[in-house]
Amino acid sequence: MRYRFLEDIAIADVAFEAEGKTLTELFLNAALALTNTMAKDLNSVEQKVVKNIQLEADNAETLLYGFLQELVFYKDAELLLFSRYDIDIREEKGKWRIQANIHGEELNQEKHQLVADVKAVSLHNFKVLKTAEGWRAEVILDV
Amino acid sequence: MGELAKKMEFQRPELVRISDVIWDLLPDFKHGMRVPARIIATRKLIDAMDLQVYDQIANVATLPGIQKYAYCMPDGHSGYGFPIGGVAAFDVNEGGVISPGGIGFDINCGMRLVLTNLTYEQVKPELRTLVDRLFRSVPAGVGSRGFVRLSHNEFRDEVAMDGAHWAVRSGFGWLEDLERTELQGRAGWADSAKISPRSVERGFNQIGTLGSGNHYLEIQRVKPENIFNKELAAKWGLFPEQIVIMFHCGSRGFGHQVASDYLELFLSVMEAKYGIKILDRELACAPFYSPEGQAYFKAMGCAVNMSFANRQVILHRIREVFADVFNKTPEELGMHMVFDIAHNRGTFEKHEVDGKVKELIVHRKGATGSYHPGREEIPEIYRDDGSPVIIGGSMETGSYLLVGGPNAKETFCSTAHGSGRTMSRTKAKHMVNGRELIRKLEASGIYVRTASYPGAAEEAGFAYKNIDDVVEAAALAGISMPVAKLVPLGNVKG
Repeated sequence: MRYRFLEDIAIADVAFEAEGKTLTELFLNAALALTNTMAKDLNSVEQKVVKNIQLEADNAETLLYGFLQELVFYKDAELLLFSRYDIDIREEKGKWRIQANIHGEELNQEKHQLVADVKAVSLHNFKVLKTAEGWRAEVILDV
Repeated sequence: MGELAKKMEFQRPELVRISDVIWDLLPDFKHGMRVPARIIATRKLIDAMDLQVYDQIANVATLPGIQKYAYCMPDGHSGYGFPIGGVAAFDVNEGGVISPGGIGFDINCGMRLVLTNLTYEQVKPELRTLVDRLFRSVPAGVGSRGFVRLSHNEFRDEVAMDGAHWAVRSGFGWLEDLERTELQGRAGWADSAKISPRSVERGFNQIGTLGSGNHYLEIQRVKPENIFNKELAAKWGLFPEQIVIMFHCGSRGFGHQVASDYLELFLSVMEAKYGIKILDRELACAPFYSPEGQAYFKAMGCAVNMSFANRQVILHRIREVFADVFNKTPEELGMHMVFDIAHNRGTFEKHEVDGKVKELIVHRKGATGSYHPGREEIPEIYRDDGSPVIIGGSMETGSYLLVGGPNAKETFCSTAHGSGRTMSRTKAKHMVNGRELIRKLEASGIYVRTASYPGAAEEAGFAYKNIDDVVEAAALAGISMPVAKLVPLGNVKG
């Protein structure tokens, strides 16, 4: 699990850093960090429902923002939390595409030990960076 | 260490002391500032203020059309884009902008205060029952769903357009509730043609729910020693040892999505179409009188309406619970509203600037409207008094009812909205265990039911500034004057 929550960054909100050797791994870890912000016990989220997400963007940053916002959307619209993310990311001619099957179940206060309701992914200092080891993202969530 | 962590290395800039509670940050602090920033705070609060606030309020001062000052209220703390506690007014006739990030994701998040004619002695034996029943009737926590069943179209055409009026005509409340709500419970400028299907999908099921984070519903006590303005307290229906109810919530997933939708739209047009450069993406903005600016204003109005409808339905549920527990009607229990007032909104208002009355879009992000007597924004029943102002504290310390002060016009009729955090949620959670905190509160006479124990830990009193200090600063500045402090007995926490 390669993400960590940052203590002193966003006073009213939640900040995290996620990493990955590949972009796919980065997206997975960022998705887990977001889900973990809402549910304390990620292992308790069973995989009963699958949703398919397809997005396109001009860069990796906008693609990650859009992907995370999808997870926030499903939390409210269908009360779903996800624990398995099968992600495929491709870059072609300057367009970045994600095709993902995400697996989860309806949220449950007791079972998942819910914590904070993520209102939105903030664009304040939102970053996706290429590093020597792979990729890193910095994200602040409005809760 | 990533970029985010490096951001913390700020130094406090030099401030010009105008009075004991007014501090100015001059435009030479940052390139592009069009006006100075003005912080309303005591020395003690200035010393406790996190340093990113200064950088963020300076960024606000760079936005086109800003008037007088970029203000920060005494409870100010860093957010993104605007700081929380930020107030800025833009002249709509001089290219002034509207910015979703200056209003916040939780559009029209606000406070509602409700009276009873019950005393502390009468409620004490029923306190646990009341809190347990309220916890069931008013869903709280992540992704909670309300009891009202509506189609997407009903949500669009009625809730988003008519706000609390929809609720009252649907049987959730009294006609008099509307005249005790800001804007009479309805943003008349709303247009549901400007909201996305996604925003409706996120919110149409959430009417009557609190949400999570710092949202709460409290049963509070009016201790005799906490009434500061006896005349006004009595006029507004407060008496010693009375039990009142206060709650704090907003426009839920619907409002959050409206904000996200337009933040993205503004980012795509701001520089290319309007040539506006900003220092933080969360400051994305567009001229008020542009197609995008108008579309956001109208969509934001829909979210304002959702939040008024939400709080109106919650009030209805509270009345049901009290009526059931005490076996009397809500009318017999004297469950009249005092007021409903928001602290995250952009409102079209007229204010005098340099001797000239200007049309402004006043952004308040974590700042409460606080109108001095006579202003047309104040409902008629309160117009001669000044507007009631509700400032919510942490679940341990209590909250305040105030009235718009004589100097309110100095801050475009704005004041603080809460205690203001001093510690991050992640840190607070590491410092205290939620279950333990709630046991401690219970031992001190505050019974809490929470949807989330870790969530409760994030809201521990030590993570906030002292609300008494915040209210003192606002009163010394003359922008809002305390009427009564209300201390919690029971709390439903999101």
